[in-house]
Amino acid sequence: MSTTKQFMFVNRKAPYGTIYAWEALEVVLIAAAFEQDVSLAFLDDGVFQLKKGHQTKGIEVKAFEKTWGALEDYDITKLYVDGDSLKERGLTADDLAIPVEVLSRAEIGKLMEEQDVLLSF
Amino acid sequence: MGIELNGKSYETDEEGYLINLGDWNEEIAAYLAQQEGVNMTEQHWEVINFLRDYYNEFQIAPAVRVLTKAIGKKLGPEKGNSQYLYELFPYGPAKQACKIAGLPKPTGCV
Amino acid sequence: MLHIINKSPYDRPALDSALNTGEGAILLIEDGVYAAAKGGAAEAKIKAAQGKFKVYALQADLEARGLADRVTDGVTAVDYGGFVDLVAEYKTNQSWL
Repeated sequence: MSTTKQFMFVNRKAPYGTIYAWEALEVVLIAAAFEQDVSLAFLDDGVFQLKKGHQTKGIEVKAFEKTWGALEDYDITKLYVDGDSLKERGLTADDLAIPVEVLSRAEIGKLMEEQDVLLSF
Repeated sequence: MGIELNGKSYETDEEGYLINLGDWNEEIAAYLAQQEGVNMTEQHWEVINFLRDYYNEFQIAPAVRVLTKAIGKKLGPEKGNSQYLYELFPYGPAKQACKIAGLPKPTGCV
Repeated sequence: MLHIINKSPYDRPALDSALNTGEGAILLIEDGVYAAAKGGAAEAKIKAAQGKFKVYALQADLEARGLADRVTDGVTAVDYGGFVDLVAEYKTNQSWL
């Protein structure tokens, strides 16, 4: 594949309650495997996906947290989080499983404008 | 679908990947390898074990480009290239090695 | 009545609707357990509701979301057996979708 496009995946759903978050991650990895320029934005309840300390044994599903560690292997380093969404939910960057860039909604909106493709989950 | 081996049965999907990760053992791996026409050597086992460790750590089976890079980092550049991996697993290192390792089909593998 | 809530309070108004409608007990499950976490905007709602409602949250769902160590005071964590006990204890129950 020779054409590289800028893909932004917009994550707005909490993990586990619905399948959206996991499906998004799968598509993210597929896009990255095809060497596309991938970034992830976390807004609204999507920020809960990044909360550290997931213990999913009791609900018998795969925990997300471990897979974030593989993003670097896929050359995915652009992770943007809406600061207001974190704040409203009582979270700070220290509560998150991986390092991210905390931005304002307006800044994230600007980044969205720069993309070739936006996929919202 | 499934596999019958030494009086036990194991569930697989329609492409022959094991459904339950916990079912895996070296005997099954050897059987799956035989089905794939792969003659397992120490170098094959090294990749299989690497994949299983990778899955345990990150909960995904890596795409081939990622596998190549990660193997290079851990086992050295002479092994972290697609030529080496395709020699071991001619029908695709990610696809074939993942099947033998008892992992799901790699994410990003279509 | 036992009100069962499985939606995040930040995404859907199910919790508000239940709180405004009834009394009795609230059981937070699945994404509903985000309402039981300290520090967020939902904490005040849960605290205000505690006069009228007993509030419970499912332990497995708290753990899955990394919230077991930040449950709002006064919220009781229950396991699946406790879930069954609550359903049996109240004459009626309602799952708010």
